[in-house]
Amino acid sequence: MILPGNTSCQGCPISLAMRCLDEIENPVLVIPAGCSTVVAGLHPNSAMKIPVIHVPFASTNAVACGVKEAYKRAGVKANVIAWIGDGAADIGFATLSASATRKDDIITVVVDNEAYMNTGTQASLSTFWKAKTSTSPAGKADEKRNLALIMIAHRADYVATATVGYIEDLRRKFGKASQSEGFRFIQIHCPCPPGWRFPSEKTIEIARKAVMSGAWALFEFYDGKLRFSGIGKKFAEKGNRIPLAEYLKVQGRFEHLGDEDIVAIERAIDEEWEILKRFSGE
Amino acid sequence: MQGNVQTKSHRNGSRVRKLLTSNEAVAEAVKIAKPDVIAAYPITPQSPIVESLAKMIAKGELDATFVRVESEHSAMAVIHGAATAGARVFTATSSHGLAYMFEMCWWIAGSRLPAVMAVATRSIGAPWNIHGDHTDIVQLRDAGWIIGMAENAQEAFDMTLQAFCVSEEVNIPFAVGLDAFTMSHTAEVVEIWEPKIPPRRQAYKVLPSDNFAVNAVTMGKARMKARYDLAVDLENSAKVIEKTDKDFGNHGGLVESYRLDDADFAVVMMGGWCGDAKDAIDMLRQEGFKIGLLRIRFLRPFPKKAVKELGGEVLVVDKANSDLRGVLGIEVSSCGVEAKNVVAGIGGVDVGVDDFYRIFKDFMNGKLEMEWYL
Repeated sequence: MILPGNTSCQGCPISLAMRCLDEIENPVLVIPAGCSTVVAGLHPNSAMKIPVIHVPFASTNAVACGVKEAYKRAGVKANVIAWIGDGAADIGFATLSASATRKDDIITVVVDNEAYMNTGTQASLSTFWKAKTSTSPAGKADEKRNLALIMIAHRADYVATATVGYIEDLRRKFGKASQSEGFRFIQIHCPCPPGWRFPSEKTIEIARKAVMSGAWALFEFYDGKLRFSGIGKKFAEKGNRIPLAEYLKVQGRFEHLGDEDIVAIERAIDEEWEILKRFSGE
Repeated sequence: MQGNVQTKSHRNGSRVRKLLTSNEAVAEAVKIAKPDVIAAYPITPQSPIVESLAKMIAKGELDATFVRVESEHSAMAVIHGAATAGARVFTATSSHGLAYMFEMCWWIAGSRLPAVMAVATRSIGAPWNIHGDHTDIVQLRDAGWIIGMAENAQEAFDMTLQAFCVSEEVNIPFAVGLDAFTMSHTAEVVEIWEPKIPPRRQAYKVLPSDNFAVNAVTMGKARMKARYDLAVDLENSAKVIEKTDKDFGNHGGLVESYRLDDADFAVVMMGGWCGDAKDAIDMLRQEGFKIGLLRIRFLRPFPKKAVKELGGEVLVVDKANSDLRGVLGIEVSSCGVEAKNVVAGIGGVDVGVDDFYRIFKDFMNGKLEMEWYL
């Protein structure tokens, strides 16, 4: 789905996620401003083996809706994918919410690298609590928004969280979204080497540590139920998790954290898991 | 409608006369053009256009998909997406709505996608004002759209139908301007007729089977070339407009010349208030003043030739400003025509026949003192 020699950075998680697009039948990508714009290639070339419609930042879900409605009228079969970053989810949140509420028959993928990476690592609503970015140089003072939970509140037909750390799980979720109908939402945790400040070869390692430490929960929501999924299931139990510091301390964006900060973050993570568990009934 | 009279026209087949607001006239025209996808967010005084269309769809009179969006930005985004995929599209907006969708207006034009939008031309805040002027639509000027300005409900109807044909022939979106309230909410007799609109045409469409990218990041040159091509095609759309106007009401093409042939004084204006200006001109003609009106029907492509051909003294009356000058005044000056300029009617300030009579007379007597008719 994505050609070698594309313009992504070394260790780019987005290009890893793009490789998995071959799980989706008849895909048509709608991509707003962001790293994905650049990764998908510069005119007149394209790094993608599928059609790509490049669009402005806040418009993605609405454009995807229009594309799908036109296809429906013309009898064209396609999985229209609004492929956005956490930045586009911020600026286009009203559009995303409306799209979910209308139950637009599209797949929304959020490649969540926890900041506005394409403009140089400014904090987003998705930036992890206390992470340093160029607009939160002392560490971000507010917590990460749980977008997937918000989409569940929209009664979306399919909601999943995934990570580039566990590609098989991600592929399965793409496949499941491909075979489903209605509003489908997948948020992929995408550790970014330059933005998070870790060596390029450690993307997978850090993505996995996010899951193993409980900092990123893997779940799916469909048929009205939330279910912990894949390898992430076992980390619902706190006793199975690795110490949070093992995830945080390998990243430059957390280099300033003291032990008490890590304890505070861990408490917040535990609280979020309690909410998820109540939703899941597990 | 009561009292509809069916008549025969030698040129365009059967016609039905209906009492319609310009909003309703636009909706009737859209229905005839059979769009695939309509998306809109309500805004005064455009809302009755899309409400009428929603009703037609609900009644089964129009087979179109109506997408209810959360903002005008998304309204334009939905029709941008639908047009990309090959659908005939329509939306309508006004004022803050147009301002809010501004970014998408550039994208649909830059993508060279045909689309039609009605703009009930209205003030933009601050301060709040819902009444009519041209401050909204003139801001669309540089985005690369064809911008028509109707004078009455009949022209709003004819121009909306023409818009689909022209837009799909030249691959440029087309905005139909109709003055807020004075046109959008007042009824006139309109001859409804049903021309054959060719099936949707466009330069490209994106399908899952076609592996290509649209609007990927460009280095400077490709972007500049795209912008140049759009400018050239927009300029050339004038010919298509002139040609198709003959089939869509024959309103004069890019401009309407009113009593200009022997005029020593020319007034340049656009929009719904031109009807009042014509009445004032008739009164002044009876007094022996040789005055006429050049009614600008298209802000883009701008009728440069007709403006350059103006003889005698020229006055431009504007309903929108850019610093102390009127926007249309700036446009006329850009053609090398030295013109006096009056700004009036902003925020719906009533300017009627008597006012035009006074303004025009002062202009001809060389006593025009106020640049702003406050």
